[in-house]
Amino acid sequence: MSDPVSALNHANSTEGLVTITETGPVGMITLRGDLGAKPVQKAAIAAGGVNMPEQGKCLTELDRGIAWMSPDELLILCRYDEVAGKVDDLQGKLAKQHALVVNVSDARAVFDVRGAAVREVMAKLCPVDMHPASFTPGTFRRTRMAQAAAAFWMPEEGVVRVICFRSVAQYVFDLLRVGAQPGSEVDFF
Amino acid sequence: MLIVSCPCCGVTAEETEFHAHGEAHIVRHTVGSTDQDMETYLFMRKNTKGVHFERWRHQYGCGKWFHMARDTMTLEVFGTYPAQTLAPPEDLLVQIDAKRPGWRKST
Repeated sequence: MSDPVSALNHANSTEGLVTITETGPVGMITLRGDLGAKPVQKAAIAAGGVNMPEQGKCLTELDRGIAWMSPDELLILCRYDEVAGKVDDLQGKLAKQHALVVNVSDARAVFDVRGAAVREVMAKLCPVDMHPASFTPGTFRRTRMAQAAAAFWMPEEGVVRVICFRSVAQYVFDLLRVGAQPGSEVDFF
Repeated sequence: MLIVSCPCCGVTAEETEFHAHGEAHIVRHTVGSTDQDMETYLFMRKNTKGVHFERWRHQYGCGKWFHMARDTMTLEVFGTYPAQTLAPPEDLLVQIDAKRPGWRKST
């Protein structure tokens, strides 16, 4: 069987203020439905391996988790090879619910951005308040990075994970690289 | 620059994360209505200088539609409220009354 190839195939940049790495294939499942409904919650928790996140938050542990995308949408993160099984399982459990489960792993690209200046680099690219008091680890934010839609969260201080559409992966990688150009420090945060 | 709070996901951001979609609370005249009503529905817009109610969408965020009341001259945002309504909420109108006395006569 052929191996899955991510958008930029582990492209990496270390010469800037932060280290930018395309993580390779990540399992991502979109779950839409009534997030207040017990069966939906139970199925999501079983698939994500963590509790239901609050509005605007995500709960992640290593390579799995659940992110709150909108009032009726969750993003379930898992290992790439687990996706097919989880999608089948979710669709089975939610067969009687008005819900949608889709494997979006190959439609997206994920970047790992890390370094002391990570808040600054993100603040240059997104209309998001990156102040440590506002954007805390666990906050999940859908927004734009320059001209492309993106979402990101902080698994821990100094690390940001960015999800974007696969078709704009190169654009987002270049954006991050420019935002992290040596000599462009602002030192605001 | 407008600072907008989305009533659906609670995010506060500047306007480039959102998209404006024109005047709100337009009565949708459809099959069976008079030509006059149809024309009003399709073409007639207020173009107010001052208090204005608009439809917006959280384009790059949660993707939901909502309503917003703002001042087209000062760009002050009075507030946002859910899309599932035919008229602005009364408490928001009272707030606008306090800030722009007599605005109802001019719209």
